[in-house]
Amino acid sequence: MNIHEYQAKAILRKFGVPVPNGHVCYNGASAREWAKRLGDGPWVVKAQIHAGGRGKGGGVKLARTADEVRNIARDMLGMTLRTHQTGPEGKLVTRVLVENGCNIERELYVSLLVDRTTSKVTVMASTEGGMDIEEVAAATPEKIFREAVDPVVGLTAFQCRNLAFSLGLTGKLTVRAGALLQGLYNTFIACDCSLLEINPLVVTKEGDLLALDAKFGFDDNAMFRHLQIGDMRDFDEEDPNEVEASQNDLSYVSLAGNIGCLVNGAGLAMATMDIIKFSGGEPANFLDVGGGATIERVTEAFKIILSDKKVKGILVNIFGGIMKCDVIATGVIEAARQVSLKVPLVVRLEGTNVEAGKELLAASGLNIIAAEGMADAAQKIVQAVAAA
Amino acid sequence: MSILVSKETKVITQGLGVTGLFHANGAREYGTQMVGGVTPGKGGCIMDGFPVYDTVREAVRMTGASASVIYVPPPFAADAIMEAVDAGIGVVVCITEGIPVLDMVKVKQFMRGKSSRLIGPNCPGIITPGECKIGIMPGYIHRPGKVGVVSRSGTLTYEAVWQLTGYGLGQSTCVGIGGDPVNGTNHLDVLRMFEEDPDTEAVIMIGEIGGTSEEEGAYFVRDHMTKPVAAYIAGVTAPPGKRMGHAGAIISGGKGTAAEKVAVLEECGISVAASPAEMALALLKIYRPCRSRAL
Repeated sequence: MNIHEYQAKAILRKFGVPVPNGHVCYNGASAREWAKRLGDGPWVVKAQIHAGGRGKGGGVKLARTADEVRNIARDMLGMTLRTHQTGPEGKLVTRVLVENGCNIERELYVSLLVDRTTSKVTVMASTEGGMDIEEVAAATPEKIFREAVDPVVGLTAFQCRNLAFSLGLTGKLTVRAGALLQGLYNTFIACDCSLLEINPLVVTKEGDLLALDAKFGFDDNAMFRHLQIGDMRDFDEEDPNEVEASQNDLSYVSLAGNIGCLVNGAGLAMATMDIIKFSGGEPANFLDVGGGATIERVTEAFKIILSDKKVKGILVNIFGGIMKCDVIATGVIEAARQVSLKVPLVVRLEGTNVEAGKELLAASGLNIIAAEGMADAAQKIVQAVAAA
Repeated sequence: MSILVSKETKVITQGLGVTGLFHANGAREYGTQMVGGVTPGKGGCIMDGFPVYDTVREAVRMTGASASVIYVPPPFAADAIMEAVDAGIGVVVCITEGIPVLDMVKVKQFMRGKSSRLIGPNCPGIITPGECKIGIMPGYIHRPGKVGVVSRSGTLTYEAVWQLTGYGLGQSTCVGIGGDPVNGTNHLDVLRMFEEDPDTEAVIMIGEIGGTSEEEGAYFVRDHMTKPVAAYIAGVTAPPGKRMGHAGAIISGGKGTAAEKVAVLEECGISVAASPAEMALALLKIYRPCRSRAL
């Protein structure tokens, strides 16, 4: 799960991490009002969407007067912002963050994440703030500094100093950096983050450190203990089909192709997408119905797949282990009737009670193409879609 | 022989809820020595013939269990793992999906210096065909034999096993290491065990996008393994930045793509199946089973 920048900064403020003063606004008049309340200009108006690269797309602008804040906010609100992360369709801007500008001396980078190799939270810092960190890591890995945190001891003072001195900070700034890094680590742990990225972290001409932008990723598995963070979820920023699927305990990711897939198990679902591609087709989605799929869930899965208008055929690939093939077959038949299926449907069943499942499909009178094995299934759906 | 579990293995179930009880029964029917279960507060009961204990420590003392399988719900599963480790259980298999990653970070720290091996979480379990089944996999698709299987995915493992069985190739042990980013056992650990196991002749390794577990395994194969290894990596078509079902199956920061992994695996001399329908075939390209084992 992701949140907006203004929400991220509110959380950081609570944990004592210095961020610019600012406020979220939904129209030009309130943007002007808030600019005045925040004190003297200049101000920065920032479009709030869940994607990076906003500056280049015209989603971050400097304003010298309160009227200018209003005009910029008016222009931004309702615009469709396109960045390298939004894709060509872009994202609609419905809210902007108005905040005090600052005098930037240096731009740095800090992030925290769970490192899979060490199984520890790792703090990463770089002197190359404001840049795409992946490019920095590729071109100049020596400019990235890392500290792995012992989960019992927490982030230590010496680790903070290591990072601060590596970043070239001196004097009081090293102390401030230490406090800031501790604040970030505390936030990360307290909120069950999967990623916390400050880019840029700026040193101001006045000698302060400020988190100028903030990006959070949360561990979906831990959201049961963070209901308030769950409330920050902005469904408008997510694919409506993915939202619908998650509410039905289905794991769904929408893709660009035209062959819908319904599979049990995440690995097999990915493999099914791959074999469609391997057979000359393009998958329209990833969909894992899970191990304990019921008739209702299979029906819901069909509806979600078909609500994607690009879908010209569906491939069902089930390896029934605990899940019995006759149950799945009943679900598929029921779903195909309920949604009055008009596109070709290829079903590959294997595993527990497979014969009973195949008999049910054959006797259903529905136009279902039966397949033997994954390769056969993929070829049949690709051919059926090409012929349709 | 085999790795990790055999017909001598005594297993307890942690979390005898509906799911736990169902699979405990399935494992017992398969022939596994399922010697009891742990559900705090239900100690002293008998459920479907399984004696129930309040704590793992007590269960170990009473049954001599050397392995444990965990079906405890995600908020409490990390604690259940640590309880099993503390009680000296040798092989802890955690089936539970959805454990917060920071809980697993603590578990890993807790386990340092202890001798238990954790399999999972978020995995189908482990099976030595004909001897011991711990987990949720359908037992009947397996055959006893000489091919080891290690995988991050459940149903994709069944697919590989089904292909092997179809070619008359039995399995020594199949290990599901799970789809989470922080887990107990990685590909490399299992490959090392297969290399040392006299009854494993060849290995199929199944991976997916995200992390570097497959690459680390591949370097071990190149530098230390004498047995033929075939592989398949799922997620060639997966888009970056999207979690593909498994918490660990995500291409982040441009890292962990299937193409990257396939390239490393091939460089290390592993026979990589281009299609998931050809996992067993990829192994047969480099492995000639002795006649008595083939059909």
